[in-house]
Amino acid sequence: MEAQAIFDTLKGKFGDAVVALQSEGFSPAFVVVAPAAVNGIARFLKDDPALSFDSLMCLSGVDYRDRLAVAYHLHSMKHRHAIGMKAFLPGEAPSLPTVDDVWPAANFQEREAYDLFGIGFEGSKDLRRILLPEDWEGHPLRKDYKYPDFYHGIKV
Amino acid sequence: MTPRANALPTQEMTINMGPQHPSTHGVLRVILTTDGEVVTRAVPDVGYLHRGLEKIGERVTYAQYMPFTDRLDYLAAMNCNCAWAWTVEKLAKIEVPERAEYLRVIVCELNRISSHLIAFGSYTADMGAFTPFLYAIRERELVNDLFEMICGNRLTYNYARVGGVSGDAPPGFLEKTKEFLDYFEPKLDEYNNLISYNKIFVHRLANVAVIPAGEAIAYGLTGPNLRGSGVPFDLRKDEPYSVYPKFDFKVCVGTGERGTLGDCFDRYMVRINEMRESVKIVRQAVAQIPDGPVLAKVPRVFKPPVGETYFRSECPRGETGIYLVSDGSVNPFRLKIRTGSFVAMNLFEKVTRGLMIADIVAVIGSFDIILPEIDR
Repeated sequence: MEAQAIFDTLKGKFGDAVVALQSEGFSPAFVVVAPAAVNGIARFLKDDPALSFDSLMCLSGVDYRDRLAVAYHLHSMKHRHAIGMKAFLPGEAPSLPTVDDVWPAANFQEREAYDLFGIGFEGSKDLRRILLPEDWEGHPLRKDYKYPDFYHGIKV
Repeated sequence: MTPRANALPTQEMTINMGPQHPSTHGVLRVILTTDGEVVTRAVPDVGYLHRGLEKIGERVTYAQYMPFTDRLDYLAAMNCNCAWAWTVEKLAKIEVPERAEYLRVIVCELNRISSHLIAFGSYTADMGAFTPFLYAIRERELVNDLFEMICGNRLTYNYARVGGVSGDAPPGFLEKTKEFLDYFEPKLDEYNNLISYNKIFVHRLANVAVIPAGEAIAYGLTGPNLRGSGVPFDLRKDEPYSVYPKFDFKVCVGTGERGTLGDCFDRYMVRINEMRESVKIVRQAVAQIPDGPVLAKVPRVFKPPVGETYFRSECPRGETGIYLVSDGSVNPFRLKIRTGSFVAMNLFEKVTRGLMIADIVAVIGSFDIILPEIDR
């Protein structure tokens, strides 16, 4: 299915929770959705027989300076089509529902986004820092991240 | 806890495996909770090798990032080099000379052979057979010699460039590659005779950590790990890129020949069979390679258009997907690298539940993980 058709299907089903389609310069195109609706839309994308996006290829946090985003790259083994889904979040206390009940593959990548961007995933079965030590301060992939001078008294 | 009939009450014990452990293939730490010899829970603790490769990417130019991709997966640096080049070329819509694409395919497939050789050699060593490891290293040296010839390096190659490759193949390279293939292909049968169907080896692998196809897809397994579960999905065939559509090769899948479909033995066997397919691809590429330039004209101050792209390619450890956000400046705005090993570790806790302690090593080896790719 083409990106426009997927967008129209989602728009018809979820209305205002589906915000926009980013297609010019985007490969694959992104369906921008409201953060609160992420889990419901993800479930639909996976279960609807015409879409059946059964694999989550990649889940990434992005810091666009004025706001954060979580980008999901989805692929369907059955129909061999791909689409992106993106939810924009405020820079302060960003949080959205988890999708690890839809795609178990999400867990580690959500932990990574939590670790490096400080994005919270509500309802996640296990949300801890993954790459950095648990007592690390700040989230390094944020654009306003200040490099620490010392870590446990060791010069960084 | 694993239920056992008439078992005496026992106490669970927590054992720390790694981060320095010969069978974890790097600095991986696994926290094992055991009940006697049975593992009730194995939680991987990753991140010891985190170097912030994604953050570094935001501070260097597109061309300067190439050597960092070598450090992503040091056993398959060529594949990572090319993955980065293909991503940037997709973003900026750069046409690559055909000879360069052929050279990339040749080095990528040779690197797949050498990477699978390490997977094979270290796996057999983990399982208690040291000799095959020496055989594997012996053959891998020859691949390293070829790479030294074409780019000067033996481990971190830095060979691909945005728009092509750093240099044409030197005189004699293609002939030497052909010689290597003729030498190497019969060796695969030797490995099979030596160890693959060895009774003890099969017992250690068959029916261990079975991953059904549906679970493999849901957990995002890719590459040989996914194909080991019987899913014939290979990006080189299913989402063709570069010049792969020109070559005839088959997608190797697990068959459950010695146990259950999707067990450790299937994942192991897929890698052995894939080496044969890589030989086939390189043979065809060497025969068909056209003459011509090897590097497109890319401006010295390279600024791709504003946009976002996701490109995935088939690396030896599964799909390496790069999500690249460009704001039109000389540096990437954001790049995220999704690697096969990192996603495979997500499934680790689930498949190891209820196994014996010695099987944990078998599972780690069958996933063929590499730590710099997990920790980035």
